[in-house]
Amino acid sequence: MDERFEIRIDGRTYEVERGTTVAAALLNAGVTRFHDAPGGEPRAPLCGMGICFECMVRINGEEGCLACQTVCRRGMEVVTR
Amino acid sequence: MNAPDIIVVGAGIVGAACALELARGGARVSVYDRGIVAGGASAAGMGHVCVMDDSEAQFQLTRYSLELWAEMSPEMPAAAEHVYCGTLWVAADEEEMAEARRKAEFYLPRGTPAELLDEKQLAAAEPNLRKGLAGGLLLPADSVLYQPAVAWWMLNEAKKLGATVHVNQPVESIEDDGLHMGDGTVVAAGRVVNAAGAWAARLTRNTPVKPKKGHLMITERAAEFVRHEVIELGYIKSAHSGATEAVAFNVAPRPAGQVLIGSCRQLGVWDAAIDRKILNKMLRRAIEYMPGLAGLRGIRSWTGFRAATEDSLPLIGPCEGYERVWLATGHEGLGITTATGTAKVLAAQMLGRECGIPVAPYLPSRRVAGHG
Amino acid sequence: MSHVKMQGSIVVVGVGPAGIAAAWAAAEAGGDVLMVDNGAAAGGQIWRGGKALDRLSTKWLRRLERAKGIRRVGALVVSAEADRKLLLAETAEGGSVGVRYEKLILATGARERFLPFAGWTLPGVVGAGGLQALVKSGLDVRGKRVVLAGSGPLLLAVADLLREREATVVLIAEQARMAAIMRFGMKLASAPAKLIQAVVLKARLATVPYLTGCWVERAEGAERLKSVMLNQGGRRWRVECDYLGTGFGLIPNMELAGLLGCETGPGGVVVDARQRTSVEGVYCAGEAAGIGGVDKSLAEGEIAGWAAAGQEDTARALEGVRAKQLGFAAALGEAFGLREELKGLVTAETVVCRCEDVRMGALEGMEDWREAKLQTRCGMGRCQGRVCGGALEFLKGWTPAVVKPPVFPARVATMVAEDEV
Repeated sequence: MDERFEIRIDGRTYEVERGTTVAAALLNAGVTRFHDAPGGEPRAPLCGMGICFECMVRINGEEGCLACQTVCRRGMEVVTR
Repeated sequence: MNAPDIIVVGAGIVGAACALELARGGARVSVYDRGIVAGGASAAGMGHVCVMDDSEAQFQLTRYSLELWAEMSPEMPAAAEHVYCGTLWVAADEEEMAEARRKAEFYLPRGTPAELLDEKQLAAAEPNLRKGLAGGLLLPADSVLYQPAVAWWMLNEAKKLGATVHVNQPVESIEDDGLHMGDGTVVAAGRVVNAAGAWAARLTRNTPVKPKKGHLMITERAAEFVRHEVIELGYIKSAHSGATEAVAFNVAPRPAGQVLIGSCRQLGVWDAAIDRKILNKMLRRAIEYMPGLAGLRGIRSWTGFRAATEDSLPLIGPCEGYERVWLATGHEGLGITTATGTAKVLAAQMLGRECGIPVAPYLPSRRVAGHG
Repeated sequence: MSHVKMQGSIVVVGVGPAGIAAAWAAAEAGGDVLMVDNGAAAGGQIWRGGKALDRLSTKWLRRLERAKGIRRVGALVVSAEADRKLLLAETAEGGSVGVRYEKLILATGARERFLPFAGWTLPGVVGAGGLQALVKSGLDVRGKRVVLAGSGPLLLAVADLLREREATVVLIAEQARMAAIMRFGMKLASAPAKLIQAVVLKARLATVPYLTGCWVERAEGAERLKSVMLNQGGRRWRVECDYLGTGFGLIPNMELAGLLGCETGPGGVVVDARQRTSVEGVYCAGEAAGIGGVDKSLAEGEIAGWAAAGQEDTARALEGVRAKQLGFAAALGEAFGLREELKGLVTAETVVCRCEDVRMGALEGMEDWREAKLQTRCGMGRCQGRVCGGALEFLKGWTPAVVKPPVFPARVATMVAEDEV
């Protein structure tokens, strides 16, 4: 089993280590804007434990996924905002 | 300080509309509520403002109220979220389609816009409805609003005219000398209006309203999932069948994209707890009509109590057996729609203000006559 | 979507220390145990990450691994019906799970309390425990400048982890006064394990400034965090940083208990000496029953496990341990009580409810939490008030409203999955 594999974040390819959550992978990739608040401000993870819903992104086409509760899988497609 | 001319008991949408109309008519008004503003049925409703045709009197009151809402709309703050999304009555089969046509034939000659949709047009209007429905009826002049904010605004407008609002004040009963409070004191008033919704029957005698419990659920934001207030025409059958329990498919969009899912009715139930059995029955019915709802995430559910009357018309006028007590209750599922019309009908009687429709069909005394 | 039906004579919700201890004890007593948690690795928030585990966590995780008669299901509990003794859970893939129980042990843990201040919604401002969780799940903080601010011992633990992962911890700002923390330190002397823990931590963090009576007044930056403005006794200065980890103690997760009808108080779910809640057959252990740390959680978890399995005597034997830990919990709460000045960090412009973007000014004139929810939508978003509720409890003294299903956003399909037709 490979310890590293690729995922796609907003159409670009990044290498991540097995066991990394999507939230950590996004932050490592320099993403700061995970989704927009109703008023349009950028938002990013706050609680890191699936409570605050600030890390919501689209994962493999599914809206509203919690990036901090989802572990990266090979070939995963993540879209922010 | 002198006693107010009129005390309105109930700070829901009906009480708030009455307080504002009475204050605008020059009365010194106070409003009392056992809880918070719009904390009863007004906190629980869908915010639907719609024309209805169960009876000529119901049509008159709803149509008149829609006109009044349209006049009031530009005054209301953005928080009122008044959106003309229209009502879409859905016909599952030919029998219900016949009902849609009957409705159209009722509304059109009376000047209320209505548009019959065939199967294709229905699918285009609401793409998330299941395939194979017969058609529908679109009532484009209907709207939705956020009633807690509207009640809040109405009371603030009344306050600007000198009204006072007293929340978290449990009233034990209403008598001709005023409000008898939980702590034994009496708050005097010239006249009192009982606008306490389903709780009205606990405050005055000869007030034939019963609670009809409802459940609602709201989903997370799902942009454009639902565009209209959508109701199944089977609702007519379920809402008026003698059954003490009924569910119907009824969804509505919130302006931010959440979907409100209703509706159900349980007559005579006073327990506010979520009843999972009927909630689930209601959700299943909704999924039958809109299968995609199954995949949306529900965020909250809640309950409320409508004030139901025997003939589905509200009680607006002098309360039998009292000299100075009035009623404005019994609106069942139409309290939000007819709040504006109710205020006019009440103020016409109490202050001699003008009113666009006859008041007789809504007088509480109609019942006594009927029983005669 | 798929629906799975499961049952266990003893069902444990949560796989943190309290849940692990409860499941282990119940299984030792011969019970058929089913653990339900949202698919995360065993250990909960505190023992998350697998690496760098101490002896205590190693011991308990090994116990769990070796125990016979414990099954686990990875699904988030979203709803419950006390009268049917039924939990409804949802898997990460969207499938639903119905779980029947005879005895239920709630070990739902705690979350951080956040207090709003200007700029707290900026990306880069993270919970202190949140930052810890992110680092443990792969966030690379090498060379990053981090300020930790808020209150409580968690700040120290997070600083230690960050230091180990080669971040630069610029400083720790603790809002509590030094005198209060000193008094707490004295009480620690009666709990040797904790004393050693604290001493070790302090030695490791010797190079990190630990400022007491100090807090972040404002987080600054355009699209993300650039710097924070600190305040210590009226002295204000700016510090540049990449992350701010902030948290003001912990709040028990009581939503599920509330939905089941268990009596709850401001400090946690109300339990008796056997961790029994007010609802027959439902137990609660660990942080959800009152904040107090890992030792308290383990003791309470064990008691709940033994008691639920009918081993009253074994449960009773742990009473002394529990009492001692409760004493520690009380001292902890006292030492790190939140000071009034923190209320002043919120202006009318500050966002309080992040889900719905409700600002403090909008809450002016609201009678209570329910009215605020109705009139402003504060607390009506996806987090269901878990973030702003804790803030407003401190800022306005508002208590949470009645809990109604679901306790976490759940697919409508999940809600109706366990119908009895």
